[in-house]
Amino acid sequence: MPKITYIDHGGTARTVEAELGSTVMETAIKHGIPGIEAECGGACACATCHVHVDAAWRETVGEPSPMEEDMLDFGYDVQPDSRLSCQIKVTAELDGLVVRTPERQA
Amino acid sequence: MSEPIKTDVLIIGAGPCGLFAVFELGLLDMKAHVIDILDKIGGQCAELYPEKPIYDIPGLPYVTGKGLCDALLAQIKPFGATFHLQEMVQTIEKIGDPLFRVKTDRGQMFEVKVVVIAAGGGSFQPKRPPIPGIEAYEGASVYYAVREMEALRDKRVVIAGGGDSALDWTLNLAPIASHLTLIHRRSEFRAAPDSVNKMMKLVGEGKIDMVLGQISALAGEGGRIAKAIVKRNDGSNFEIACDALLPFFGLTMKLGPVADWGMEMKDGEYIVVDTAAFESSVPGIFAIGDINWYPGKLKLILSGFHEGALMAQKAYHYVYPGKRLVFQYTTSSTSLQKKLGVA
Repeated sequence: MPKITYIDHGGTARTVEAELGSTVMETAIKHGIPGIEAECGGACACATCHVHVDAAWRETVGEPSPMEEDMLDFGYDVQPDSRLSCQIKVTAELDGLVVRTPERQA
Repeated sequence: MSEPIKTDVLIIGAGPCGLFAVFELGLLDMKAHVIDILDKIGGQCAELYPEKPIYDIPGLPYVTGKGLCDALLAQIKPFGATFHLQEMVQTIEKIGDPLFRVKTDRGQMFEVKVVVIAAGGGSFQPKRPPIPGIEAYEGASVYYAVREMEALRDKRVVIAGGGDSALDWTLNLAPIASHLTLIHRRSEFRAAPDSVNKMMKLVGEGKIDMVLGQISALAGEGGRIAKAIVKRNDGSNFEIACDALLPFFGLTMKLGPVADWGMEMKDGEYIVVDTAAFESSVPGIFAIGDINWYPGKLKLILSGFHEGALMAQKAYHYVYPGKRLVFQYTTSSTSLQKKLGVA
């Protein structure tokens, strides 16, 4: 199973195994990763599962869809590396993915 | 102050659970008023995911958030509930056994025998942008809603955001403000294309400014803004002199004053209820849907429907003390069918 590392705002890294086909948000919630709220439950209807994708992974993860960009307007400290983790599907290529959770969710 | 509204039940929250509670209460002859902070009926279904599909409503393989709320509204129509939108309950005071005096943020009073809290994740409130120290200006020169346009006449106004609220207020305030700047993170706007076109036309005519970037800091004194420091997307900074800032970054759910109403809470965010009637630790105040907690609780709309049905059975005894309640089915009971207007 692919491994995903979540680094919180304080610098603490947590690496967990993710199921293929689930999302980076669902993986975080399942493992109790702090810093991801997912208020809307993964409907791309809020911006509380916002993460910054590590520079080395941005190309593999890809860009947000227009709908996701719209929701990112509501995010906190949105940067070019920002994504909503509910919109990142876990694939074999993402094994080793590193994301950072922001100081707070919106 | 206006006269208190006297009715049987006050439901706090016009989401699916609050709406279905109107139905269950109505079948048992209880009149309800429903209050919600949003400007529309439907709660999270209307605000967060009106067009998103829901797949786990029994009997409905597929329905959108809006579709579900529209159907519930049709279902509760016979019971003529009164809705009070854009209004939030502030205090609940027990004045009888049981009789509650409820006060809203608009100063409206209710006197009701039963309160049903169906407030979901709490009340939707405008999201505060991540600008250090912005609290100090709120109410005096930072506004999350425009109550009176005239207050902004001949002022230098900055509007932040890219949705319909930001664009609507840009268009409304452009002729009134002495200078108006719209700030948005990117060049695409979520707002209706027609509003965006009108805004771009004003920019083209030199009537307003549009800036791509994010506000990083505010400067001013005594609650009065003097300037906003804006970080452009290339990292450079510049300042805009202004008298008022209107941030429109959507809504977020906050529990609000619920925790102050004297009920036992779980983790400070959920109302503890019993599973026989979904009543809180304060007799006469019930809690249904996402806002309650009991062992085994699932935050599902269908659970909230069940909770509403059991709530109504107990609420009946507060509204009609001493009266016997006979359990009936809508399929066979003529009296229920009369209430539904089908017999």
